[in-house]
Amino acid sequence: VAALALAGPAAAACPTLADLEGKFICPTCKTTLDQSDAPAARQIKAYISRRIAACASEQQISDELVAQFGTSVLAAPPRKGFHWLAWLLPVVGLVVAAAVMAVLVWRWSRREPEPLGADSNGRGALDPELEQRLDSELARFDG
Amino acid sequence: MAGRLKLGGQVLALALVTGLFVLLVWKVTTQGDNAADELGSGKTPPAPHFKLDRLDQPGKVSLAAYRGKPVILNFWASWCIPCKQEAPLLESVWKRYRNQGLVVVGVDIQDVRGDARKFARKNKMSYPLAYDGPGDTVSNYGITGVPETFFVARDGKLVCDRLQAGVHLEANRDRFDACVQEVLAA
Repeated sequence: VAALALAGPAAAACPTLADLEGKFICPTCKTTLDQSDAPAARQIKAYISRRIAACASEQQISDELVAQFGTSVLAAPPRKGFHWLAWLLPVVGLVVAAAVMAVLVWRWSRREPEPLGADSNGRGALDPELEQRLDSELARFDG
Repeated sequence: MAGRLKLGGQVLALALVTGLFVLLVWKVTTQGDNAADELGSGKTPPAPHFKLDRLDQPGKVSLAAYRGKPVILNFWASWCIPCKQEAPLLESVWKRYRNQGLVVVGVDIQDVRGDARKFARKNKMSYPLAYDGPGDTVSNYGITGVPETFFVARDGKLVCDRLQAGVHLEANRDRFDACVQEVLAA
């Protein structure tokens, strides 16, 4: 019982092949292992299975594969050093785009309304002489 | 103020487009710059340099260390069936001509190191073996699959042909023997 109690959490901590095969790239076909049946992909899957059987952690397996194949074996760049750029640039891009949109919306909302009486071409109201003439013409028409 | 902002945006967009165009031109013009392409166009380019971990023992394998000797450079992997089939021929050529200075260098690419070591032991590969798990040599040499074999003359230049597929195959065997003689004589 004690052995089972000890083995339980350890077994639960062991990753499965299904957990990992989407996280690594086949070096010859450049797709994730779960999408590849190339000989190189089958070999890496077998390696991962052996390491899982020995209950190596995901981090251990990842480190061992990177030591052999380089960081290009990872489906997502590691969160360290220069590779942080790949994670940060999309976020920075989104923040910059949101800031630009906010500035534009703020400026549009503060634009002064066009003067009353202006027509769609931006011309001002009728001058008083013309308005007086128009009134008299209308009065004559009505009368 | 708005005018300056607009001008700044236009300059930035223009710089971005120019940068992308320069990147495209650079990529297109340097894409064909691998050894296999040059060899295929009738040139004798220098064999791209490499310095890799030894697979079979501690230390490094550097191509420069073999300058002055003819070298058969064989790219292989343990997951490759023709690599297994051609290994005995490479081993026999290495044993037969090594007193004339010939060196066979096997470069194991894109492979699990432990599997590659087992493969080398099982197939009795006694010539120097380098390990290139990340496949850094692949693009320099223009390798499209394994096995592939190149011939490096004493002056460090690639000669003869690049042989794709196993050198033991009927389609390659005569050319392989001719290239061995050519690299010994070069």
